[in-house]
Amino acid sequence: MKLHDVVEILDAKLLIGEDRHRELEVKTAFSADLMSDVLAFAKSGSLILTGLTTPQVVRTASILDAAALIIVRGKIPSGETLQLARELDIPVLSTRYILFETSGRLYANGIVGCVEKIGGTRDGEP
Amino acid sequence: MKLRHLVERLDLGVLCGEDKLGNEVSGGYVGDLLSDVMANSSKGNIWITRQSHQNIVAVASLREHAAIILALGKKPDDDTIEKATREGIPVLATDRPGFEIAGQIYALLSNDRSFRAGTES
Amino acid sequence: MSRAYEKTFPVEGDNFDNAGTASIEIKKILKDLRIDEDVLRKTAIAVYESELNIISYARSGNITLYVDDDTINIDVEDEGPGIEDIDLAMQPGYSTATEHIRQMGFGAGMGLYNIKSCSDLFEISSTPNVGTRLKIIIKRNGR
Repeated sequence: MKLHDVVEILDAKLLIGEDRHRELEVKTAFSADLMSDVLAFAKSGSLILTGLTTPQVVRTASILDAAALIIVRGKIPSGETLQLARELDIPVLSTRYILFETSGRLYANGIVGCVEKIGGTRDGEP
Repeated sequence: MKLRHLVERLDLGVLCGEDKLGNEVSGGYVGDLLSDVMANSSKGNIWITRQSHQNIVAVASLREHAAIILALGKKPDDDTIEKATREGIPVLATDRPGFEIAGQIYALLSNDRSFRAGTES
Repeated sequence: MSRAYEKTFPVEGDNFDNAGTASIEIKKILKDLRIDEDVLRKTAIAVYESELNIISYARSGNITLYVDDDTINIDVEDEGPGIEDIDLAMQPGYSTATEHIRQMGFGAGMGLYNIKSCSDLFEISSTPNVGTRLKIIIKRNGR
């Protein structure tokens, strides 16, 4: 699906990425609050779902070439975080749902969990 | 929905709390920051996390969670299982990532009438 | 074939606002050098975890990137408390991180382990109350 569909499914606000959300294709997601986990396991091109809003989350997403960041529980990141996301070209969505609900809704719509272990590749079961 | 049902349907490992599988699951919560889980999860939640130290038991106990699931093959510390057994908190295990196990539990709970969407407000 | 490339990036301890800046710059450099995507990913992760270790635990440090035809070399040196027990610090999940660090999603005890997993060669040495050094080599021809 497109990032635009994710916005609809999650009834989300598209904070960064107005120029790309209709074209950007997404298939996989990774839910986490631990950035080391995101680094160790999240596959490139995945949606990163998290409750964190710090600039470090944006940098982590950039390091991994993540498709987009989805901030849960209605949090809006600071101007600094959003500015960084704009500079690094990482789309950012904010949804009012909790991480469980956000994961559940995307999974129900066909987004799959995907794990790419560093030092070897392993896809999560569909 | 009973915890036992989720354990069976999703083939979850039961690390402790075999006798508590009759717990009623009200919904789920995914989170790795203890203060967040403490503040925002609800009674009867099944808590999906990658944290394995014993502090998770206190959080689950205080919030009266139905169970803790350690995702993506996370192994608990020894004292976590000891403490969870003492506190009567089931600790479950899966190799699947948090996103996926949350998705699957969500799907099963969605068919359950008592379940309501989780939002911040 | 690209020519050898070398650059040093200073990293300031406890400055979480800029955490990742050096890593992102290094990633851009490697992208411009047309490094293979899988190698780029491993290098970026190893450098990012190294940078965060300096910020989280040391007073200051330097990350030096050196690229030649066959390998990507990353030398990390910091001035700080050092590591008492390296075997323990290498264990996944072992962490001395403060609650402040954990609330930012770091300090889960996976840093050094992640760095090692990304490396083809990994060496660590540390002197308590002086500092820690890492030597990381990642081959350019993939796994």
